[in-house]
Amino acid sequence: MQKIAISCEAPSLDASLDPRFGRAAGFLIVDPQTMAFEYRDNGASQAMAQGAGIQAAEIVAAAGAGVVLTGYVGPKAFQALSAVGIKVVQNLDNLTARQALEKYTTGSVGFAKQPNRGRHGA
Amino acid sequence: MKVAVASGKGGTGKTLLSASLFSVWKDPLVVVDLDVEEPNLHLFLNPEISGTRTAELEIPVVDAAKCDYCGKCAQLCQFKAINVLGEVVLTFTEMCHGCGGCLAVCPRGALTSGSRPLGEMRWGRIGSDRFLMGALRVGEAMSPPLMRVVKQKLQGMLSEAAADVIIDAPPGVSCPAVNAVMDSDVIVLVTEPTPFGLHDLRLAHEAFAQLGKPMGVVINRAGLPGSDVDDYCRANHLRVLAKIPFDRRIAETYAAGGVIAEAMGELRPFF
Repeated sequence: MQKIAISCEAPSLDASLDPRFGRAAGFLIVDPQTMAFEYRDNGASQAMAQGAGIQAAEIVAAAGAGVVLTGYVGPKAFQALSAVGIKVVQNLDNLTARQALEKYTTGSVGFAKQPNRGRHGA
Repeated sequence: MKVAVASGKGGTGKTLLSASLFSVWKDPLVVVDLDVEEPNLHLFLNPEISGTRTAELEIPVVDAAKCDYCGKCAQLCQFKAINVLGEVVLTFTEMCHGCGGCLAVCPRGALTSGSRPLGEMRWGRIGSDRFLMGALRVGEAMSPPLMRVVKQKLQGMLSEAAADVIIDAPPGVSCPAVNAVMDSDVIVLVTEPTPFGLHDLRLAHEAFAQLGKPMGVVINRAGLPGSDVDDYCRANHLRVLAKIPFDRRIAETYAAGGVIAEAMGELRPFF
């Protein structure tokens, strides 16, 4: 089964899901069968004027994730994720990473067809 | 001599001053509107436009067949305009600054040179003097590359026939403003005696001081009470070149597209 990337505020399944994709604090890369996870820091995105979403997409792609669980995804990040075949579940908020994962594994959320945010600064 | 008319705060009177300087200038002149995001000097000087050219920015075009996804281009690009994700090269040309670095570092010749339009350059005459402006394409975010093209054209015009230059610069103190004043011989900062005027004058003075060029100040709407602009200039050895009075007739003339120095003869000595 594909690994799942969750935008997250801290390296724990019980930490809050970070609703921002591009400027998330980091990503939990979870193996849904074992619930084992790695954490990829995304703190550098805070210092970027532009391109944070693209960089975040690079991080989750390099980590081998096939699915992203997050809140808001901008157009460039969405395009980058789509280009490498990573599926996006968006509009998640006020959840822990574990709760988001449960929502996804029980099939109660669908994949996004388009980004749900305009470009940064627009 | 090249005179750049700049300001920190917008709306202080850069274009008003540029147009009036043009009107009193005795020697041959090229007047340039480098406020490419919102050019308006032509509305006052009514130049006869004799030529236009689309200004373009060099961007990379990917030949996927030649690319081996080494990622050197993506590592070099500071703007995320070219990215390698796994075996996909993704370009965002609207983020490209046109530096050409990715084309230079590609070891396999997989990138070739393309272009995207930045805006338009227009030039012509106002009587015996020459006029030049740039107008950024609506939706385009990067003005300095267009300004670079306009400045190249200016060099060409000056090598055809030498002349003094008046540059109407964009407001602010960021890249576009610095770009507009960096090649000038003297910078005139237009300000107004208000807290905002003083605040932004200070920013502009600090930013442009590093260029080491002579600077002077023109105070527009002079006579408004309660300002420390004079004090600031005195303390920082900035010469106040002129004070344009706060007068309703100036606003009316300007709003009607008039040049103050022409319409109001008694004001000519100010310029």
